[in-house]
Amino acid sequence: MSFPYLSIIIFLPLMGAIAIALLPRAEPRRVKLIAAFFTLLAFLLSAALFFMFDRSLDGPQFVEQASWIPSINVQYFLGVDGLSLPMLILTTMLGFLAVLVSWRIDRRAREYFAWLLVLETGILGVFCSLDLILFFLFWEVEIIPMYLLISIWGTGRKEYSAMKFVIYTLLGSALMLAGILLLYSHAGTFDMVALAQMGLEPALGSLLATAIFFLLFFGYAVKLPVFPFHTWLPDAHTDAPTAVSLILAGILIKMGGYAMIRVCVSIFPETSQTYAPLLVALAVVSVLYGAAVTLRQRDLKRLIAYSSISHMGYVLLGIFALSQVSMTGATLQMFSHGIITGLLFALVGLVYDKTHVRSIPELGGLARRMPIILVVFSVAGLAALGLPGTSGFAAEFLVFLGSFRSTVVSGIQIYTILGVLGIVITAGYILWMLQRVFYGPPKAQYEGVLDADRLERFTIFSLAAVIMLIGIYPRILTDVIDMGILPIFGGLGL
Amino acid sequence: MPPEVALAIILLPFFSFVIISFVIRPFLKNRPQLSGYITIASIGASLLLSMWVLIEVIKAPGHVLPMPDYQWLVVGDIAISIGVTLDSLAAVMLIVVTSVSLLVQIYSQGYMHGDPGYSRYFAFMSLFTCSMLGLVLADNLLFLYVFWEGVGLCSYLLIGFWFHKPEAARAATKAFVVTRIGDFGFLAAILFLFAKTGTFDIGELHQLALIGALGGTVLTWAAIGVFSGAVGKSAQFPLHTWLPDAMEGPTPVSALIHAATMVAAGVYLVARLFPMFAHSPQAMITVAIIGGFTAIFAATIGLVMNDIKWVLAYSTISQLGYMMLGLGVGGLAVGIFHLFNHAFFKALLFMGAGSVNHATGTFDIREMGGLRKAMPWTFATFLIASLSIAGIWPLSGFWSKEGILAHAWAHQPILFFLAMATVFLTAFYMFRVLFLTFGGEYRGGSSDAHPLRESPLVMILPMALLAILSVISGWLPISGFLGGESHGFFSALASPLALVSLLLAALGILLAYALYSARWLSVESLRQTFAPLHTLFSRKYWLDELYERVFVMRILVDGLFAACHWFDDQVIDGAVNGIAGGTVTAGRVIRRLQTGQLQAYGLAIFIGILAIVACFLIFG
Repeated sequence: MSFPYLSIIIFLPLMGAIAIALLPRAEPRRVKLIAAFFTLLAFLLSAALFFMFDRSLDGPQFVEQASWIPSINVQYFLGVDGLSLPMLILTTMLGFLAVLVSWRIDRRAREYFAWLLVLETGILGVFCSLDLILFFLFWEVEIIPMYLLISIWGTGRKEYSAMKFVIYTLLGSALMLAGILLLYSHAGTFDMVALAQMGLEPALGSLLATAIFFLLFFGYAVKLPVFPFHTWLPDAHTDAPTAVSLILAGILIKMGGYAMIRVCVSIFPETSQTYAPLLVALAVVSVLYGAAVTLRQRDLKRLIAYSSISHMGYVLLGIFALSQVSMTGATLQMFSHGIITGLLFALVGLVYDKTHVRSIPELGGLARRMPIILVVFSVAGLAALGLPGTSGFAAEFLVFLGSFRSTVVSGIQIYTILGVLGIVITAGYILWMLQRVFYGPPKAQYEGVLDADRLERFTIFSLAAVIMLIGIYPRILTDVIDMGILPIFGGLGL
Repeated sequence: MPPEVALAIILLPFFSFVIISFVIRPFLKNRPQLSGYITIASIGASLLLSMWVLIEVIKAPGHVLPMPDYQWLVVGDIAISIGVTLDSLAAVMLIVVTSVSLLVQIYSQGYMHGDPGYSRYFAFMSLFTCSMLGLVLADNLLFLYVFWEGVGLCSYLLIGFWFHKPEAARAATKAFVVTRIGDFGFLAAILFLFAKTGTFDIGELHQLALIGALGGTVLTWAAIGVFSGAVGKSAQFPLHTWLPDAMEGPTPVSALIHAATMVAAGVYLVARLFPMFAHSPQAMITVAIIGGFTAIFAATIGLVMNDIKWVLAYSTISQLGYMMLGLGVGGLAVGIFHLFNHAFFKALLFMGAGSVNHATGTFDIREMGGLRKAMPWTFATFLIASLSIAGIWPLSGFWSKEGILAHAWAHQPILFFLAMATVFLTAFYMFRVLFLTFGGEYRGGSSDAHPLRESPLVMILPMALLAILSVISGWLPISGFLGGESHGFFSALASPLALVSLLLAALGILLAYALYSARWLSVESLRQTFAPLHTLFSRKYWLDELYERVFVMRILVDGLFAACHWFDDQVIDGAVNGIAGGTVTAGRVIRRLQTGQLQAYGLAIFIGILAIVACFLIFG
């Protein structure tokens, strides 16, 4: 076994959380510095992995494999391939920025930052695990810190929203656990790499394969979320504190899309093809329905939250169009949406911090007061509506291109065209929102409102830079993602 | 010529944007005039390089310069490269874009003087020019689309430049969203073409259309999809409603949008893909009908508008209709020739409107009048542009309009008659504006206007240059260069068609004179005679109301979308909460087991998992 990069990255935030918990005198500033230090270190290490990653190999790299519970063949098995590496970087980057975004939090700061870091460890573990039980454990780890972060530091109906999140997620994971155990009972291993290579489906029979597929899929569909399992998302995103909304929308829901590719498509290529028409249709419903409901929102944060449902529809479309290009596009869309929506939530948080208003009709004329926030908000908004030159366009275009040419689902061209129609509605709600919040005559009640300060500028500028970078030169990521998708696509036998 | 020249043409204005945005705006706040200078210098340099390109293209065999491609993205079995195309069409467009843009930037120095957003204005203008140049040079559909959207973005930013005005912010959003409806069709067509042919390259697509590998309904649908993008950008019926509202931006922006960028993009797109359109008769006739109809439709609205910029806006829509008609009846060269001529006289007309506004503080022609004496230069140039747009020999508009009419006569006689009628309407509405603005007595302008005086030299100079171009641009052998035919200077007058159109134009001018200058006829009685028509025209056929109030608000936002919203809140979430409520009731019984502490639940989950693991250990 080589140097355990992945274990170190995964557990760095946890070590930070322990350090914060053990800190004798909980002075908020020191807590924040510790949190920032550990998350930054995790980010730098994962960035180093990105450069060390061999782009010509299609299997997992930086593998750590050790037997853990030998009698049932559970392993401590970590590794990243082209699919998980972008998610790893996304997580560590947003994890660090989430700490910076939380800089103004002083109430129970020690607990807050400790939970935030535990949360990051859980998510990182999900993206690096190659053993289903390990994967499941990390999947569950995230629930508790998330519940506490929303219900203690949130706003509005925070207890309701937090509980709703927990119930939905637990329901999903209960089914997922059943699926994992059923799978184990027939395959005798939790090793995800081996499971994908086994070609289990003929042995399972179509009924059992379908049952396991949907048990697993349901857990991921709740996370992504897919219509009609999405109503936890607007509540949780809206009532969570800014940094937690950023993590929720930026990374957490990506676990769903990631797991669909990693588990559902990899292990059940046949079943995936059988049910692709259904799931592609569901994807288009998510896109259009999500966009339609988004257009009706009057709360700034809720509007951004709802827009995620629509944008995650593109991920689902790309995955179950089952072409190499569309799955690469879907993965790029997960990364891109993580950055874009993370940025949008950070910006909404800034606007709310400064004005204490989130209702769009009450806002207005902020352009003169906060020109920098306006510029970055516009960049993020334009990326969300898929303007070329931003990551949003590169990702969505690849999804459309791959889906349109897919041979798996008959009539997928129609679905794709309907999906493309979503970009018109998206333009509508994004521009309407910018117009109502920033344009128009300046309002007297926002007289002394300040623009972003230095730290805030650092956060939002760096995210905007990533959006532009990937938009102009998507190969930075697609070359990596493509290598990750290649064997999964190969397994489909198309 | 090194291939870097073509890149430099695009990149120079882009650098200007970058320097203004990242150096001048943050660090040299008190020297905004630098932004104007940098913009003018970079676009001027692009103009010089464009001239170089033009000369090289003229010399090249077949008027095409081969250019290298660069690989941009490789995913799965798809490889996408970037490259530029340099042929006669691109070369002509480069000249139009850079020259009009340069003159507009010079004019803006005067018009925007003292505006707090001076630097921001020139940054956007640079980016606008850059996007349009990229669009012109792109050799594949994907990159054309990238710059196409860039042009749309810059229009959005410039129309909403004075964002503190709610109407400006509204107009900007409207422009983007309406054109995006067309872009949806364009994007769908790009995907469709790629799925069928495996390429984005325009040259390859032309080859496939030529040998028949791309044809039939596939080609027709693809062409119509592409055309829907052009309908949006070039403000053709039924997606024209954004263009008049776009007046909320600064007037030089209108001059640029209406002449050389944005709206020219749609016509250019059809011309660029012309070989594809030419292989689908259905697509061609669609283009011709939409163009011919838009030409007369917009002209009728232009007859009754009282805001000088609104008249000009509808005139642009109408003239773009001419261009589309020209392309649709197979006249690639005449269509682009008209775009070329129109760019100069329409930019001039808008600068004239801006100059008049500079003096009177209004755009309402009912409040102007008698400006001829105070503003002789503005008047003279405006007169030349009006004669040119009316198609009076030997000004530029005559030559290209003549070509379009001749093509229409040969291929689509019905549309020809519509186009002829439009000649009369065009002459009438332009001279109505001219007489009301410059003739008679001054009617006061807006209340806070300063005494009337001519605009400064920096504004007059570009107008004078454009006036010269509005006369002579029609004499250039553009049509021949693009593969069409050219007429002799005097022999053109010998054709009966030309004589009829000149007669109609003269009648239009005469009627305007009779009504608004000599007052031989009463405007009021005329209006009463045609009251229903007048209402129809002045309410713009109620299309804005139909789209915004009925379609967008009633049917979508408060209809379909509201239904989705209700469904989400009541049905889906209602079911979730209902189930939860039922569970709570049931849970009362076993409440004692529940501590309500999530930590405890978490522990329970963990113990549960351990239990399962233990089961496996024991029984597995």
